[in-house]
Amino acid sequence: MQTVDTPCPTCSSTEVMARLDQIRRLAEAAADKPAALGPDIDLATFSTVSERDRVDSLESLQRQIRETVLMSGFTADESERSASYFQMDRTPIYERVMDAFGGQVEVMSTEDALMKWPEELVERYWWRAVAPDKDKYTALVALHQTEGYFIRVKAGAKVEKPIQACLFISESNVTQNVHNIIILEDGAEANVITGCNIHTEVKEGLHAGISEFYVGKGAKLTFTMVHNWAEEFSVRPRTGVIVDDDGTYINNYVLLRPVRSIQAFPVCRLEGARSTGVFNTIVYGLKDSHIDLGTETQLIGEGSRSEAVARTVSYDRSVVYSRGRLIGRTNRCKAHLDCRGIVQSEQSTQWAIPDLASEGAPGAELSHEAAISPIAAEEVYYLMSRGLPKDEAMSMITKGFVSIDIPGLPEPLKQSIDRAIEETSKEAM
Amino acid sequence: MAESAALLEIEGLRVRVGEREILKGINLTIREGETHVLLGPNGGGKTTLLNTIIGFPGYQVVGGSIRFKGEDILPLEIDERARLGIGVAYQRPPAVRGVKLRQMMSVSAGGDLAEQALDDLAEQLDVTYLLDRDVNAGFSGGEAKRAEMAQLLAQQPDLALFDEPESGVDLENVAVVGGAIQHLLKGDRASARPRAGLIITHTGHILSYVNADVGHVLFDGQLACHGNPLDLIDDITTSGYEKCVECATCKR
Repeated sequence: MQTVDTPCPTCSSTEVMARLDQIRRLAEAAADKPAALGPDIDLATFSTVSERDRVDSLESLQRQIRETVLMSGFTADESERSASYFQMDRTPIYERVMDAFGGQVEVMSTEDALMKWPEELVERYWWRAVAPDKDKYTALVALHQTEGYFIRVKAGAKVEKPIQACLFISESNVTQNVHNIIILEDGAEANVITGCNIHTEVKEGLHAGISEFYVGKGAKLTFTMVHNWAEEFSVRPRTGVIVDDDGTYINNYVLLRPVRSIQAFPVCRLEGARSTGVFNTIVYGLKDSHIDLGTETQLIGEGSRSEAVARTVSYDRSVVYSRGRLIGRTNRCKAHLDCRGIVQSEQSTQWAIPDLASEGAPGAELSHEAAISPIAAEEVYYLMSRGLPKDEAMSMITKGFVSIDIPGLPEPLKQSIDRAIEETSKEAM
Repeated sequence: MAESAALLEIEGLRVRVGEREILKGINLTIREGETHVLLGPNGGGKTTLLNTIIGFPGYQVVGGSIRFKGEDILPLEIDERARLGIGVAYQRPPAVRGVKLRQMMSVSAGGDLAEQALDDLAEQLDVTYLLDRDVNAGFSGGEAKRAEMAQLLAQQPDLALFDEPESGVDLENVAVVGGAIQHLLKGDRASARPRAGLIITHTGHILSYVNADVGHVLFDGQLACHGNPLDLIDDITTSGYEKCVECATCKR
């Protein structure tokens, strides 16, 4: 298989080298460790993504690529963005912080960041929220990392315009093994939109993505991800989020296209007092997709709060798992899960798996409501009696079912998600 | 004065729900501009008649006919009947998550209601604050009725059906809903046919606000007697439905 890459050729400090070596050894030991969930993937069938040429402007990307990434809210017109990161296959081909946000935002590849601040990164952020030996996919990224984005918002900076990042794959039969880090320093606020996309001609492949997010005291990170994959493509994201006192993490995830399999179960640790985690998930299961998604929230800090809402609609022969785990570890915490699904095909399967635990926290208030049910006939008739044909009535109700009110979403992105949902609903009907 | 044209013509209508025949030969003609009131005990078939006109599945027509504007509507789907000009205000409309009252009003108007007109309508029925909420989700009795009226006013149907518009509603809201019904049915309508209405009521409270022309008592699946709606209600209040049905004087 592939050779082990050195993540930091310029690092010289003994502590840094020792930790990097430890990460490597942990990863090597886990190189064949299957994931706890999801179908196993034979990593030997893929090669690593290739290098690409850098570009001077996003406008110079092929029109087809620009249109594809726009589906995820990534726009070549940067006037409504504060910063951009675009990675094509292995290469970060474009990074830019708009002038108005200079000094507030840092955007670069994680490998550049590691070389720039090795001690700080390794001590505080590098594989601190996700374990390198969690499974073979974390090990793959730890041993054969192919860049990934580093975004840091400086203390107190309130970045009104979204920061956008895109991880693009343009070739088949490869793995893209990215390691992403987002740091919001104390009091910072930012809205990060990321899209993972593949070229329309790409069929098979694997995206393994490690994401480590650190939300500082009183900081607020809204992270929105719209995924567009392909029918033969596999995806294994591994995400860890750590939220400090009074910090807020809002996660919006939207999957509207078929995928061979995706399995992700991000872990959000609400370590700070009064910290908050909010998770909104919209999933369309299409064709033969195997989708296994959920979130684990650990309520550790006193007064921490969490809410998770998931809406899943499955068609064709898709299999969808909608998980949610809440673990209360402090007496004064409160969390709620709300997952609802509609199964639209007799060949499709859905699982809703809420999972609550109170660990030594008698005062923890954890609750869930999970439901899988069809569209109620009386609702369809109600809309029909206002003059709407049956298929349009069903489409409007399905669209309404998945349209979660997502706070903090920029209006153009909200509109593009709504448009995508509308198109998917129509196609699926 | 010449009689106005017949809008809804029901002849010999027999309807079965499951194994049970609920309507046993209904004859009813509603002409343009007329407002009819349907009275009768619970289980007598009033809602069955309404739902059969709307076209809900599960109401099996085993005899007779329903014509609207001269067209046989029995083969038509619910939405086709609505687009032909039949509107309804439900007694207990379902909550539809994710679909806003604003969307329902727009749909009711066939998608061509200007934003300003929609806002004006909403203000008229005091539902402005409900426009961007999921329709009927957590609405109080009065809110649900006002939201129904807002949709009906947006739709502007030629025949409007009302299922117990005053039930579960306080007096203040009965006035708002009643005013809207009166406005819909009797308001000026230049260059178009006068509207007609059919109102199911138990108490007749709504008739303080709406001028109804004819009342009918639906009893045991048949229209048993007809007359001035307020007189009929008086008779029923003093003597009960059965007496009213037996009473020869109230039969035409």
